[in-house]
Amino acid sequence: MNKKQCTAATKLIEILKKQGVECIFGLPGGSAIPLYDALALSDMKLVLTRHEQGATHMADGYARSSGKPGVVLVTSGPGATNTLTGVMTAMMDSVPIVVLCGQQLTSNLGLDTFQEADVSGMSYPIVKHSFLVKDPNELPSVINQAFHIANTGRPGPVIVDLPKDVTSALIDEDTTGEFTLPGYVVRKEGNLDSIKEAAAMISKAEKPILMVGHGAVISGAGQEIKAIVEKMQIPVTNTLLGKGCFPESHELNLGMPGMHGTAYANMALCECDLLVSIGARWDDRIAGSPSDFLPQAKKIHIDIDPVEINKTVQVDCSIIGDAKSVLNSLYGYLEKGNTQRWIKLIRRLKREYPLKYKKEGKLRAQHVIEEMSRLTKGEAIVTTDVGQHQMWAAQFFKTEHTRHFLSSGGAGTMGFGFPAAIGAQLANPGRIVVAVVGDGGFQMTLPELSTAVNEKLPIKILLINNRYLGMVRQWQHMFYDNRLSGVDLEGNPDFVKLAGAYGCKGFRVKRSADVRKVLGAALAYNDGPCIIDAEVEKYDNVFPMVPSGAGLDKMLLSMPRNKLEKPKGGT
Amino acid sequence: MSDFQKRHNISLYVENKPGVTIRIALVFARRGYNIESFVGSPAQDSRYSRINIEATGDSQTLHLMLEQLNRLVDVIHAREYSDEDVIQKELALIKVRCDNNSRTEILQISDAFKCRNVDISDTTMTFQVTGKSSKIDAVSKMLDKYGVLEVVRTGKLLIARGEEETSW
Ligand SMILES: Cc1ncc(C[n+]2csc(CCOP(=O)(O)OP(=O)(O)O)c2C)c(N)n1
Repeated sequence: MNKKQCTAATKLIEILKKQGVECIFGLPGGSAIPLYDALALSDMKLVLTRHEQGATHMADGYARSSGKPGVVLVTSGPGATNTLTGVMTAMMDSVPIVVLCGQQLTSNLGLDTFQEADVSGMSYPIVKHSFLVKDPNELPSVINQAFHIANTGRPGPVIVDLPKDVTSALIDEDTTGEFTLPGYVVRKEGNLDSIKEAAAMISKAEKPILMVGHGAVISGAGQEIKAIVEKMQIPVTNTLLGKGCFPESHELNLGMPGMHGTAYANMALCECDLLVSIGARWDDRIAGSPSDFLPQAKKIHIDIDPVEINKTVQVDCSIIGDAKSVLNSLYGYLEKGNTQRWIKLIRRLKREYPLKYKKEGKLRAQHVIEEMSRLTKGEAIVTTDVGQHQMWAAQFFKTEHTRHFLSSGGAGTMGFGFPAAIGAQLANPGRIVVAVVGDGGFQMTLPELSTAVNEKLPIKILLINNRYLGMVRQWQHMFYDNRLSGVDLEGNPDFVKLAGAYGCKGFRVKRSADVRKVLGAALAYNDGPCIIDAEVEKYDNVFPMVPSGAGLDKMLLSMPRNKLEKPKGGT
Repeated sequence: MSDFQKRHNISLYVENKPGVTIRIALVFARRGYNIESFVGSPAQDSRYSRINIEATGDSQTLHLMLEQLNRLVDVIHAREYSDEDVIQKELALIKVRCDNNSRTEILQISDAFKCRNVDISDTTMTFQVTGKSSKIDAVSKMLDKYGVLEVVRTGKLLIARGEEETSW
């Protein structure tokens, strides 16, 4: 008797369902039609985007906010290449997304046929892994592998290239999706000797600091960190991507360190005798000069990826494993030391060097962001774009919960914030989602307004409108004698009218006195997305600032009078 | 001593799949490591391949690169061998210009190095040499004054000593 058969595309959707996929982000094209046809025959939700880059950031925001892989489905050639920025963004920040790309017929590969591009070849440097499926019977197994690789160990993006003849082919309905991956090993538990060594170092330290990164968020180590902080009385600094893993309102929280970190975090780091990185990779925004990074402090590094150990900053003790599991076991070996004097100093630094900005005069970005933070009480999921507003959001949006602050850290991808908010809102229908974006970056993925309107997502787009590519203008101001080059956003649209054109609500705020009222009205509006066009001071610079490539002790608290040297670091 | 230009022997055991070579090569290229030789062939179990790479660069980067190689999904194991803890062999074909006067001398040299004569013409001789890479260097140096026309080398092959399994 012949076995029952189905198309490989149908099987693919079935496997996605088994993997727990709730929705797919994408845009079709010729070689993806069999896949979209299978979608039409299923009850899988499709979020039709206006650009493939948007689709990847949506999947990314979905994944960052929920911990579940985000799925993208696009066509071959330009459809697939349009996803590469989003793939690189997810790779740099260890975000699990699975990008399914249509592809020309297998017999047409390499022949420059219409919309044929070597997508898996292009992807190698920016993916955790990629597949080109040539045998339809292998498709179920490959899809399962893609999900397994994307979402275990150090998560990351996986691309699957799917030729049209493969997805159209009939395969046995019961084709199993089993696999073995002998070269892929996930180490969860840390080495016990290293854990004991770390515990002894922490117990003995007089001025320790924990530095919480994205790895801690991904492993869900919030409880474990809190337990250690409270038992040992150790202050915590969180990287941009570590925000929220440990509540920022906690009195032992120092906020973000590094280039635009809080003064008290950077000062405390310059004083500490032990720094424990929990899933933070000594990024150059923090360790601008890795060879002499905080020479006075011993360093411990907990990371699931052995590549990160001693990659830039040399550490005294390393533990390779999942943060949650490692901290759990570490806790038992910790002996309470005495950090009272240290905590006293920390309190003094926090009191004496608070984040500040001028509230009088023109409307300030910081004011708008701080007010939004206050009104949403740490309950909102915040996404940001890239630039000054991103750093002000990091400084002034106090994050209380894990997976509540989503930002493109490693890649610094402009255009990320708004589509990421769409993904986050779809994954968290009941939550307030605020996208803090700049007028430059917002315009890079702006057409997704249609997507948000169609899906009736009540996202608050907080547009920090300074009519400049502000962060670049700041560098030109500080280090290039204020010769402004290519940063004036002359020709910006009227964003409130633009909102109207998309059938979306628009608010505008220009005066400090109106901030609370306008934000309140925007928060009360829930019939779909809204844009809050905040026309802020154009020439504000983000401080504190550690020039790139310099040590944290070179932090500037405000614009110095004397001429500054060009920074040594790359960007 | 600066180890900036040190040669390293790296042995990999990988899945025999399309794209493996590029993924591996990209790790080297990204860190500015120069690949001197690259040998790949199916392992006993044909689902896997063995790859031996000789490359130059500093040791600090090498350590990181090995971790990056091991991180690749298709790489089962990647490790470095020093010259001492492994048997290494290379094969080379060397083509030398010769005439009636030089032929005997050249044959004497090739004999001393246990080369095999694989081709002979009026004006050339071609030898097959096997052994450590340094031996091949020595032969071609000795033959240089007669006019070496071409040297084609396989690159280094490595195999672990005794019971130990290579690249594990
Ligand atoms: C895709 C992309 N292109 C260019 C840059 C470089 N860049 C970093 S910040 C920035 C300015 C962003 O301007 P805007 O979105 O208006 O935000 P602001 O800094 O004014 O808050 C630019 C151009 C980038 N990060 N990403």
